[in-house]
Amino acid sequence: MSTNGSKLGVEVRLEQLRRVFAGVVALDELSLTLAPGELVALLGPSGCGKTTALRLVAGLDEVTSGKVLFGGTDVTTLGANKRDVGMVFQAYSLFPHMTARQNVAFGLQMRHVDEQARNRRSDEMLELVGLSGYADRFAHQLSGGQQQRVALARALAIQPKVLLLDEPLSALDAKVRGRLRDEIRRVQLEVGITTLFVTHDQEEALAIADRVGVMNKGRLEQLGPPTTIYSRPATPFVAEFVGLTNRMEGEVKGGEVIVRGTRLPLVRPDTPDGTAVALVRPEAVSLASDGDAGGGPLVGTVIAVAFLGATSRVTVDLGDMIVLAQMPTSQAAATPAGSRVSLTLRPDPVLIARDETAAAEA
Amino acid sequence: MSRRRIRLQALRIAIFALAAAFFLVPIGAMFEFSTRGIGVASPRTLSAWAAIPSTPELATAITVSLELALITSLLMLGLLLPTMVWVRLRLPRLNRIVEFICLMPLTVPAIALVVGIKPLYIWISLNFTDSILTLSFAYLILVLPYAYRSLDAGLAAIDLKTLTEAARSLGAGWGTVMLRVVVPNMPAAILNASLLSASLVLGEYTFANLLNYENLQVAIQYVSLVSAGTSIAVAVASLLFAFVLLMILSFAGSRRRRGGRVVPAETPIAPVATVPPSLLAEGS
Ligand SMILES: Nc1ncnc2c1ncn2[C@@H]1O[C@H](COP(=O)(O)OP(=O)(O)OP(=O)(O)O)[C@@H](O)[C@H]1O
Ligand SMILES: [Mg+2]
Repeated sequence: MSTNGSKLGVEVRLEQLRRVFAGVVALDELSLTLAPGELVALLGPSGCGKTTALRLVAGLDEVTSGKVLFGGTDVTTLGANKRDVGMVFQAYSLFPHMTARQNVAFGLQMRHVDEQARNRRSDEMLELVGLSGYADRFAHQLSGGQQQRVALARALAIQPKVLLLDEPLSALDAKVRGRLRDEIRRVQLEVGITTLFVTHDQEEALAIADRVGVMNKGRLEQLGPPTTIYSRPATPFVAEFVGLTNRMEGEVKGGEVIVRGTRLPLVRPDTPDGTAVALVRPEAVSLASDGDAGGGPLVGTVIAVAFLGATSRVTVDLGDMIVLAQMPTSQAAATPAGSRVSLTLRPDPVLIARDETAAAEA
Repeated sequence: MSRRRIRLQALRIAIFALAAAFFLVPIGAMFEFSTRGIGVASPRTLSAWAAIPSTPELATAITVSLELALITSLLMLGLLLPTMVWVRLRLPRLNRIVEFICLMPLTVPAIALVVGIKPLYIWISLNFTDSILTLSFAYLILVLPYAYRSLDAGLAAIDLKTLTEAARSLGAGWGTVMLRVVVPNMPAAILNASLLSASLVLGEYTFANLLNYENLQVAIQYVSLVSAGTSIAVAVASLLFAFVLLMILSFAGSRRRRGGRVVPAETPIAPVATVPPSLLAEGS
């Protein structure tokens, strides 16, 4: 940071955090250690306990059992106002009766920093988030993105031990969201603060985090670098939640699965033999114009091409099922809607959808 | 189209004039009465008004009632605001119960309340103090419904949970949260609740009279026995004062609205108006 140049990061440790609301388990034995300066994204569907986890770390809610440690110190029973965390909320949270500068200065005032130093630091923080010219505006005079940036400046101004972000971008439109996401990452790296970032947007989590934790029903399903989460999902839930997948029926046999005549290796070779549903990533599906017009299990008709920018997503109808394929846009141009194509499945290790295995066997 | 507008406008003015007449004619009549001379044909005089400051009971009663209004408003804010905030944040299930309790005084006639509360006041005046200011506690009960309603509207208009949590995570204790974050974000509601309480206290007669305290309305009643003109003059003055309070309230509300702040102005609901019971006494 410009003021002191020192890195703030401390290790943050959640030990078997559990939170039960009137019989409902919102958070089930969540354990997670963030290295100093690391940004971990908690990703999961609505209601999986992300906000609950964040509020326990912030001290805004009380644990049922478990511990929270900052830099080795147990802070589990410390009140939110003593915990030294910076938090950016999902809802707009600027104090409406204060200007941007006063908002940023609020935490410093609580720490009895004198007025001059307070204003100087507030202006620095506003500059850090690119809002130098907006210090005297009230919240209602700022756009949603600007408000969240002021909220970020306000959270960072107190040099907290931990930065907590609860879906700070979810109220913004897609374009601003992408920009501000990169901005948050830049500021976080510049300040070097340990950060827990909560989101239900997988793209956001994969783009911003050092490590991603995927949560489901109050539990942490997998924790790892974005590339691992995406390409080596540990559970079917992770595979389905992170990125789009094709669910293709096949036959498990001796550590492999045969899907429409193609042999694919399994992530878990110990899967018992039998009928099963394999989860195949759209990027693992490639298309070729089917010149010889022959039939076959992997021949179909393109029914739609969705342009996503550098890549395109092609929807192919195989007659008895729909398959998604994703590829560079230049390649997709060769297979416009209506054309006959044949599919090739790249032999990446695939997961088996657990729920369908039983159903298929029954 | 514009014709309909004109007709609508005319209707509005008519209703406004009617309502204004409803309030202003009696006050005008009172004012007229208070400026009459002694004889039938004697000229108008302000002697009844001039007598107000020189009637010591009145001067004390006015001070005492203003003090009561102030103390009651402060007590009300000090008790109700933190309670309501706490219930909303931590005990949302109690919300209905608190609302019920706060609105209950509306359903109990003042006279019944007084009868119930009287032994307590006798005990207090025997054992602790017989100061009239203890009436504030009884008045606190009377103003609860009105104060609750305005504060409730004010709290509903802000994102209480997020704002308090943001302030807490920035290091603010609960006291600071209340004074620096909650209160400044609902000034209209707080002003509203205070002024409604104040105008209710200034017009209160039953409690003071039956508990043997001399507040403004009781004093007006006594003075009316000696000088009808002066008692009516004070009644007019206290009514006008209450009107001024309510005007301040609605203007403060609408100015905020124009300022584009998030605090909406609540429509002031006039409480039991400060109609001096002495008027009724006058008739009998
Ligand atoms: N105060 C509460 N009282 C009762 N149940 C609660 C409370 N807060 C959360 N829950 C429950 O705990 C579970 C987890 O909630 P949480 O808010 O952590 O979800 P989330 O992952 O943040 O979801 P979202 O993405 O929708 O914000 C939910 O089932 C929710 O209903
Ligand atoms: Mg949430």
